[in-house]
Amino acid sequence: MEMIVASAIGVLTAGGIYLILRLRAFPVILGMALLSYAVNVFLFATGRLAVNAPPILNKYADVSYSDPLPQALVLTAIVISFGMTAVLVMIALGAYLEADSDEINMTDEDDAQDTEGQGV
Amino acid sequence: MNHWIIAPVVLPALLAPVIAYVMRHDIKLARYASVAGTVMLAAISLGLLATAADGETHVYYLGDWPAPFGIVLVLDRLSAMMVLLTSILALIVLWHAIATEWDNRGRHFHALFQFQLMGVCGAFLTGDAFNLFVFFEVLLIASYGLMIHGGGKVRLKAGLQYVVMNLAGSTLFLFALGALYASTGTLNLADLAVKVRELPVEEAAILRVSAVLLLMVFAIKAALFPVQFWLPATYANAPAPVAALFAIMTKVGAYAIIRFYTLVFGPDVAAVDGLIGSWVMPAAVITVAIGAIGVLGARRLMPMLSFAVVGSMGTLLLAVAAFTPEAIGAGLYYLLHSTFAAAALFLLADLVVTRRGSDALSAQPPIYQNGLFAAFFFVGAIGVTGMPPLSGFLGKLLVLDGVRDMPWMATAWAAILIGSLVTIVGFARAGSVVFWKATALADPEAEEPEDAEPIGVNALTGVSLSLAALVLLAVFAGPVMGYLEQTSAQLFDVSAYVEAVLGQPGEDLK
Repeated sequence: MEMIVASAIGVLTAGGIYLILRLRAFPVILGMALLSYAVNVFLFATGRLAVNAPPILNKYADVSYSDPLPQALVLTAIVISFGMTAVLVMIALGAYLEADSDEINMTDEDDAQDTEGQGV
Repeated sequence: MNHWIIAPVVLPALLAPVIAYVMRHDIKLARYASVAGTVMLAAISLGLLATAADGETHVYYLGDWPAPFGIVLVLDRLSAMMVLLTSILALIVLWHAIATEWDNRGRHFHALFQFQLMGVCGAFLTGDAFNLFVFFEVLLIASYGLMIHGGGKVRLKAGLQYVVMNLAGSTLFLFALGALYASTGTLNLADLAVKVRELPVEEAAILRVSAVLLLMVFAIKAALFPVQFWLPATYANAPAPVAALFAIMTKVGAYAIIRFYTLVFGPDVAAVDGLIGSWVMPAAVITVAIGAIGVLGARRLMPMLSFAVVGSMGTLLLAVAAFTPEAIGAGLYYLLHSTFAAAALFLLADLVVTRRGSDALSAQPPIYQNGLFAAFFFVGAIGVTGMPPLSGFLGKLLVLDGVRDMPWMATAWAAILIGSLVTIVGFARAGSVVFWKATALADPEAEEPEDAEPIGVNALTGVSLSLAALVLLAVFAGPVMGYLEQTSAQLFDVSAYVEAVLGQPGEDLK
């Protein structure tokens, strides 16, 4: 199982990084999503992998349990990455509609263009 | 337990939603609320500074859960000083934004501003690594909104780039925290300090990975080479008051580096022996060089100031890279200075660029009251380049003195001194093009334009206050340095921190 989880994290991360390097809004958003999945699975695995074990200590019997803390961390990370993805989609949409291009990187043109008309 | 410790987080957190939901249609009401909240924040942080000045480490247990099971907030000299710095800078920036009507050019400026303060104060106060991540996200999500405040094509594009960069950084942060938890089983900073020092060196491979990953994350925030490239595009295209507020954001990264690599991965930890200093030093030298070359090569005023910020972060982290109490004390003085210097110049650039209509570094007919702005720019440039008599000079002198005993002293001195010279040339060039050559283009026959209105006191208050802070830092350098020396001594007293948080003696930790 360790092998499957580890390679899943690796594949997700590799895919995410590849998509981010495409420097276009849509692939980048997908890449960020893949990366956040990868990190969520990774966080889950930091509490050691245990199957069919509840995250509760049993004081009557010596049964195995899984570490509850990474589960709480993953929950927080999921909520935050969900919110961040929403913000990213909105800003990407706004930038696409304004600039008529979905490229992420700044071109020389953008750099040279002073911000006239924007107030600063 | 002193409940005031959590007030810098709770106050903006309660105020922001009220501003966003109740006062969104009434900009006047939102302004009053925002200013009142920030004044209260400044008052509270003054109180906290007085509390922390006794040299104790004050701990606030959230929900009264004992550490390391619950989240703790920790108030010591460093965090109290950083919170006070945040609130004073916030007050200056807020005043400027209101006086120049920047807050009215888009929606929800004040709500986002308060959320930003909440995140920054929380990041300075927290004593838990995962909680630090959460506060980073709070301050980032507010900064995304502030960054694209006012809109515009280039700004939205720069904002998108900034968001993507920081989202990737957050993912990296989570990977680092996961690795840290996997190898130590805790995320409380005090508990981490104990566990990291107990871990046998041969089992510390994952720990080393997480130490370097964390450094990478904080380097992104602190704009350290090779991850400094996002900063010029972001600061140059952000609304100027927001860029001035962002002066504190790079300091959050520097603060996190100082906190983590003295407390958790301190110089006495065998597992990461000398690893961090030997990475930060060359990176900081290159950062200084990039900043200086950027200032010299910039074709616009705002990118030039952004590169000056990059250069100042390099100088600051050069002091930090020594990881000795003297050098970190000097670095903290430079941190205070560079925050106000950057804020002063960004606010001034806002006034100048609004009047010129363009921030290109080329001669254009002079603006009304050219001499007044030129004088302010002169003082600000003296501050930021580190010439006497302002605090930049003292700060750089202290940093030079702080790294004197390091084996890489010659490299550091050369970087800072040559960097300063190049920066001075860059600022002299910019000042003479924007203000001096402009007078040659002036039409002596021309009448004063009828709509020319002398600039109001309100609009100049922000710039004047930031410059006054530089003067005060220089005049009261003695007492400030006294406080900072005690601060960095406290930083290196890991066992006192651990004892205060965990309530048990941190045995043989130094």
